[in-house]
Amino acid sequence: MSVFLTSLVALLSFWRRHPGQFLTLLGGLTLATALWSGVQAINAEARASYAEAASALGQDELDRLISPDGPFAEDIYIALRRAGWAVSPVLEGTITRDSGVIRVLGIDPITAPPAAQTIDLSATEDLRAFLSGRVYGAPELVATLSEGGFDAPLTASANLASNTLLMDIGLAQQVLDQRGLISHLLLWPSQHKGLPPIAEIAPMLDRVGPDTRSDVASLTNSFHLNLTAFGLLSFAVGLFIVHSAIGLAFEQRRTLFRTLRALGVSARVLVGLLVAETLLFALLAGVLGMIAGFFIAALLLPDVAATLQGLYGAAVDDTLTLRPSWWIGGLAIAILGAAAAAAQSLWRLWRLPILAPAQPRAWARASEAALRRQTALAFALIIAAVSVGFLGDGLLSGFAMLGFGLVGAALLLPVVLSALLRLGARFASGPVSEWFWADTRQQLPGLSLALMALLLALAANIGVSTMVGSFRLTFTGWLDQRLASEVYVTARSEAEAEALREWLEPRVDAILPIWNLEARLAGQPGEVYGVADHPTYRDNWPLLTAAPDVWDRVAAGTGVLINEQLSRREGLFPGDTIRLPRQWDAPIVGVYSDYGNPEPQAMVGLSAFQARYPETPRLRYALRIDPRLASGLMEELQTDFGLPADTMIDQASIKSISLQIFERTFTVTGALNVLTLSVAAIAILTSLLTLARMRLPQLAPLWALGLTRKRLAWFEVLRAALLGALTALAALPVGLLLAWALLAVINVDAFGWRLPMHVFPADWLVLGLLAILAALVAAAWPARWLSTRAPSDLLRIFANER
Amino acid sequence: MTLKLTGIRKTFRSSEGPVEVLRGVELAVAAGESVALTGESGSGKSTLLHIAGGLELAEAGEVTLGNMTLTGMNDATRAAARREHFGIVFQQFNLIPSLNVADNVAFQSRLSGRYDPALCQSLVEKLGLNGLEARFPEQLSGGQQQRVAIGRALAGKPQVVLADEPTGNLDEDTSDIVLDLMRILVEDAGAALLMVTHSGRLAAKLDRTVHLSHGLIAA
Repeated sequence: MSVFLTSLVALLSFWRRHPGQFLTLLGGLTLATALWSGVQAINAEARASYAEAASALGQDELDRLISPDGPFAEDIYIALRRAGWAVSPVLEGTITRDSGVIRVLGIDPITAPPAAQTIDLSATEDLRAFLSGRVYGAPELVATLSEGGFDAPLTASANLASNTLLMDIGLAQQVLDQRGLISHLLLWPSQHKGLPPIAEIAPMLDRVGPDTRSDVASLTNSFHLNLTAFGLLSFAVGLFIVHSAIGLAFEQRRTLFRTLRALGVSARVLVGLLVAETLLFALLAGVLGMIAGFFIAALLLPDVAATLQGLYGAAVDDTLTLRPSWWIGGLAIAILGAAAAAAQSLWRLWRLPILAPAQPRAWARASEAALRRQTALAFALIIAAVSVGFLGDGLLSGFAMLGFGLVGAALLLPVVLSALLRLGARFASGPVSEWFWADTRQQLPGLSLALMALLLALAANIGVSTMVGSFRLTFTGWLDQRLASEVYVTARSEAEAEALREWLEPRVDAILPIWNLEARLAGQPGEVYGVADHPTYRDNWPLLTAAPDVWDRVAAGTGVLINEQLSRREGLFPGDTIRLPRQWDAPIVGVYSDYGNPEPQAMVGLSAFQARYPETPRLRYALRIDPRLASGLMEELQTDFGLPADTMIDQASIKSISLQIFERTFTVTGALNVLTLSVAAIAILTSLLTLARMRLPQLAPLWALGLTRKRLAWFEVLRAALLGALTALAALPVGLLLAWALLAVINVDAFGWRLPMHVFPADWLVLGLLAILAALVAAAWPARWLSTRAPSDLLRIFANER
Repeated sequence: MTLKLTGIRKTFRSSEGPVEVLRGVELAVAAGESVALTGESGSGKSTLLHIAGGLELAEAGEVTLGNMTLTGMNDATRAAARREHFGIVFQQFNLIPSLNVADNVAFQSRLSGRYDPALCQSLVEKLGLNGLEARFPEQLSGGQQQRVAIGRALAGKPQVVLADEPTGNLDEDTSDIVLDLMRILVEDAGAALLMVTHSGRLAAKLDRTVHLSHGLIAA
């Protein structure tokens, strides 16, 4: 026992004497864990919200009957009940209030299966109250709606998702203005035997199991995978710091290891103690990282929630809950990360002969052979990335390609920098300049880990900002095309809609109906729109590919347009046909871009739409009018016609809302980007700080030969700036390749759309300057330390080095 | 207990082929005896010392301490033997930089479970390290560091002290002081001392000198 304790005390005493290095190690691991667990907390919260929403009707457990044509008539339900089928009707839809979009769920409490009974209505008075109009909602939603905006009596229930109102189906039909309609039927798990097949009674309905439905959780998977990938990148960059700190501590303690071994501590005990030390640090940093991660998640969650609502209509609580699985996962990743970072050092220690040279050597001086091995590994990874890119399919292989490519590029960096520095040395004139280039090359192995971290952070920054910038440019242009009409208005009923059309007729240039039908397209829930034959569409609609006579064929009802998501997902292009509701196999004549919409969509000519789907509500309209008259018209609509303000919106407002949603979508990635860059800067700082101490023996002779401490310190700063600049230069092509992969592979797989790539050289310049600044700031402290060393410290070098 | 090396052989590989450094060395150091091991550079003095302490393995031959045979032990058992029976003093001092003087002196005795505060304090005093207990190695001169290393080697009450050119980094005056101290303390402890040195003057201070030449102890 005394061997363990005494040796452990000796090992730990190193950290007591090097508190800065201890903080670096702890800080690196804490940061890495914080970024990773922050992202995981966000993902967990979002998934819990989806699960909560799904369990509101026991959806995740029960089979459903749905119609590919969207909502269907109650008669079908009655026919099935009469035939003996235990089914229960549900109507789902959304309404908009000042507080945002609210999901309305109408159920029949008498026939609903137990798994769908989220609210306890076993008491007769509760059931009676529900049937006569009591509405249940999450406490915060009820509190908001109680202030106004909803007429029915509201009761709070913690069992419901935050944006959901649960009510009797009859009331839901009124609220959603879908009288006599049902979204789907829930099937009881056990049914009587010998019933006539559903296909005979209701041939238009499909039976869908819990796994085959496209719900919000699967729709948002790609978003969460993106977020996870960024978390992982930040974690990896953080691990570079940990690896570097552990590696350095290993080299600094070589003498100590040798002494301990010589004094009778076996290799096994020593390695065991270092494993224990690593575990101790991992646990400590893990807990700290989890706390920091919680705050990061709490800070970012509102933006993520807004993004998910905007992109997918998915409601996510913007308050964070601590889950045990998250704690365990976070601590496990901290331990795994520390183990990965320490593995190399522990392996080297295991193989270290007792009488190995005690001078710190390997960390600061990688051998040529090691560099060759690293280059080979880098090329292997790059080849793997290219192979996965060509052969792989899907989002995971896309991320695998990015992972291989980024790590390969990072491993290649020291080789590239070494070549550049060799080139620089050719232009050196004078002994000091020659020393500077040679010395910089010699420092490279010691700094390479930190520089690799910087490369990854910079490349991620360039890649993501290029993607976001390209997206922003394309999106704003696309919004201009899509939102060509000046005013958008929604009537509250069919009667009001008819009166509205009459009222508007003499006042506007054109009334363009926006009528749509919820339907399943290629097996996925989507929408079919009817589109008027008008120059607004012919001149503006953002078509990606189209048949020559596209608009004539759409107007004639002999062709249909589909969105890019549907086209890419199903491989449908002009010339193919698509099955629309009511068994309509329509030829595709064009594909349009439809950014921000996760669902498939089709557009058909208005006349054909009306003829085939006459029951569709005709409530929404886009109005063409001289833009200068738009606000006047909206005022008149309120004062003269009597429409409430929340039923209309002008072009500028809708564009601004869309752009706002867009900007919030990328707030999270932006924040992670900045954090990753900060982590990389810290990596450089810590490497330079620790190297500075090891460099005294190298610099003392120069001081003795007549170079002032101040001048030597300036050389240190200059070296950091040079390496920062060269790394930024190397990060540029890597970042652009990353952007290309994000735009052409990841986005297509994740969202179903491909964006043209735009480049932003001014941003690169700013980023390059930031990288140099980060390196300068990181170098300033060690340089100052060096410049203030007392001559006695430098003289001691000569006294000790014999 | 007597430290006995019998038929020790060791070969190193070099670019010019294998070099047989030790060719069947025979050596015994009795308890309370001090022996200087001399020889020209590259004669294998340090290698022999390392083999005696189990730091390095011989290709052939046997190392025994009393009834205990070091050769043939695995790493863990050799390590245990080292911490319990040997005290080692290196030319480079090899103190633990993050521990102060007092902790460095006490270190090996703590490792072997034989920590005796009174003995450590007396060693500190005898070695002239009074008042320096709280200092760290980097704050000491070379002579002071080596005195700490000697204290560390003796605080564990070893049966054998192995010293590899312990004064190689010290000036002549300091060397004399350090060696005299070491010799007296080892003698007081009744331990055996085997010291590698280049200096005939210092070797003369010990009970006996053996000269290593061409891989064998010269007669």
